[in-house]
Amino acid sequence: MGPIEVTELMTLSADALTCRRGGRLIFDQLSFSIASGRALLVTGRNGVGKSSLLRMIAGLLRIAGGRLSLSGGDPEQTIGEQSHYLGHLDALKPALSVAENLSFWTSYLGGAGDPHEALENVGLEALAHLPASYLSAGQRRRLSIARLIAVKRPLWLLDEPTAALDTDAQAMLLTLLQSHLAGGGMVVAATHLPLGLADAGQLRLDAA
Amino acid sequence: MTGLGALLMRDLRIAIRVGGGAMIGVLFFMLVVTLMPFAIGPDLALLSRIGPAILWLGALLATLLTLDRLLAADQEDGSLDLLTMGPAPLEMVVGVKALAHWLTSALPLVIVSPLLALFLNLDGPATLAVTATLLAGTPALTFLGLIGAALTVTLRRGGLLLPVLILPLTIPVLIFGVSASNAAIVGPVTFGTPFMILCALTLMALVIGPFAAAAALRAGQE
Repeated sequence: MGPIEVTELMTLSADALTCRRGGRLIFDQLSFSIASGRALLVTGRNGVGKSSLLRMIAGLLRIAGGRLSLSGGDPEQTIGEQSHYLGHLDALKPALSVAENLSFWTSYLGGAGDPHEALENVGLEALAHLPASYLSAGQRRRLSIARLIAVKRPLWLLDEPTAALDTDAQAMLLTLLQSHLAGGGMVVAATHLPLGLADAGQLRLDAA
Repeated sequence: MTGLGALLMRDLRIAIRVGGGAMIGVLFFMLVVTLMPFAIGPDLALLSRIGPAILWLGALLATLLTLDRLLAADQEDGSLDLLTMGPAPLEMVVGVKALAHWLTSALPLVIVSPLLALFLNLDGPATLAVTATLLAGTPALTFLGLIGAALTVTLRRGGLLLPVLILPLTIPVLIFGVSASNAAIVGPVTFGTPFMILCALTLMALVIGPFAAAAALRAGQE
């Protein structure tokens, strides 16, 4: 995989973000900022709003207060269009094969990347023609991760990225993350486990 | 545009594979229409008089039956989240999904309707008229249904709510679809008058449906 073409430094900044779900205040006055090449690990107890924060950045959840901005990117695009979201659901269609699933997301998300190369990167090239319904949880996760490298986007939003991954796949994920960061990308990950990234920033959410 | 083309191809492919459910609507349509003559009796004059209405009701119910899968399947597996993060506007995305749904679940109804018209003792011109009205009118049903699908997509068990929401909106389509077919058979108005109104209803649904559905999805982002 080649490095992301970054013409200038990008910065994702959140200013006094507020999250409300179902009338309940999840978090309030949350501010942080990360720049190109940096990772931010979001930690905190269950239900404290880690996933909500990621969905908010991805544009999948309404921002109840405060503002989010991504500077240095394409001003025509929303933050969601410049980011990858790896959530709990893997967005795979059981009726389609592994290769079909990945090539659909590659062309839909506007990537020029090669799906087969991405499959090799996550170790699924031998299963390319298998329907996705036969994949194990870890293999489905690997296929979702393949999407991140098949389509180049500067910001990765990862929700529990190591869930269901074996140690080999965790090492592979770490390599991909390091290479993404080295290429000027940004990572925001909600996680309970240390991902192994050396100089990642920490954002600890506490119950509001 | 390549992204939307890929979405169309994916939805068509899923629908025709095992478990895709493209044929459920057609089967239901055939069942409803085949049962009607048994219930009404072998009165050929009566059957040919109410035949267009039976075909239209069958097509309407068959469309409603499959509508709840239009967006729900993508919502359940997280695809809808990623679809909103693509470069294409959400209005186009849901429009393309509705188009794929129409091609796989409503177009087959139009194709089998001449066969079913035989069961109902419709003659050549009447069969042609019903098929033409179904071809022109079913896109309105699908695109109006798209609004309901978007409104109910975040509800876990929204399947039953959807027909209740959408049925009132489909009544004008049903009225003009059946009256255009009847006009071709018995008159007194010409076929063209109600048919043009039916086409206008479809055009309106094609415009309003995607915008309303995208607005409903955005409002449901919670």
